[in-house]
Amino acid sequence: MKVLFFGQLRERLETDQLIVTESLTTVGQLREVLMTKGEVWQEYLAAKNCLVAVNQTISNELSPICQNDEIAFFPPVTGG
Amino acid sequence: MRNNIAVQEADFDVAIEYAKLVENDVSNGAAVMFCGLVRDVNQGKQVKGLYLEHYPAMTNKVLANLVEQARGRWDLGNVSIIHRVGQLSLADQIVFVGVTSVHRQAAFEACNYLMDTLKTQAPFWKKEQSNDEEYWVEARQTDLQASQKWLK
Repeated sequence: MKVLFFGQLRERLETDQLIVTESLTTVGQLREVLMTKGEVWQEYLAAKNCLVAVNQTISNELSPICQNDEIAFFPPVTGG
Repeated sequence: MRNNIAVQEADFDVAIEYAKLVENDVSNGAAVMFCGLVRDVNQGKQVKGLYLEHYPAMTNKVLANLVEQARGRWDLGNVSIIHRVGQLSLADQIVFVGVTSVHRQAAFEACNYLMDTLKTQAPFWKKEQSNDEEYWVEARQTDLQASQKWLK
């Protein structure tokens, strides 16, 4: 699955996208796997205000995911 | 009923956008527009400019959905949303929302609704530049409250 990062999260993780090949079934599982990548990953992905979208729709920890999905993590939005 | 949704680096001309919003339409007697601009002071800091990042695949989807939600709440004529991305300077236009309807109340409310919900749902992020630093703008609690009032 393709995983994207935006805004401050993208900058702090020094990553705008990566491919995850492990077979995972929920957003929560994906977040746990990503959090093992280092201290910064743990800190920023664990943050209460870190949002997630599955296929461009805001989702939550229990949302199902599969290999063809695009999952994005990002901070609260500040447009307008 | 027309929808116009655009996310672009280029500036826009409000007079032209207004003309497009109301053209070939004799049944809507009210047009309400909002324009958001880059302000010099934000959250106590002197702002020199800002960079707007977005999530292209999601942005249009969210904006189109917000327009549909607004149409479900009010009887609207035409709706236009333009949001800029990239590097902007002081006083630059950031966002345009235009709504027409038969009478003014629906147009005022729908315009307000679209701005409130856009600010908390559309995937844009601002990074401001001041004299000696750059920093990501934090989401405001007041924006969240403004958006949540429409859930009641």
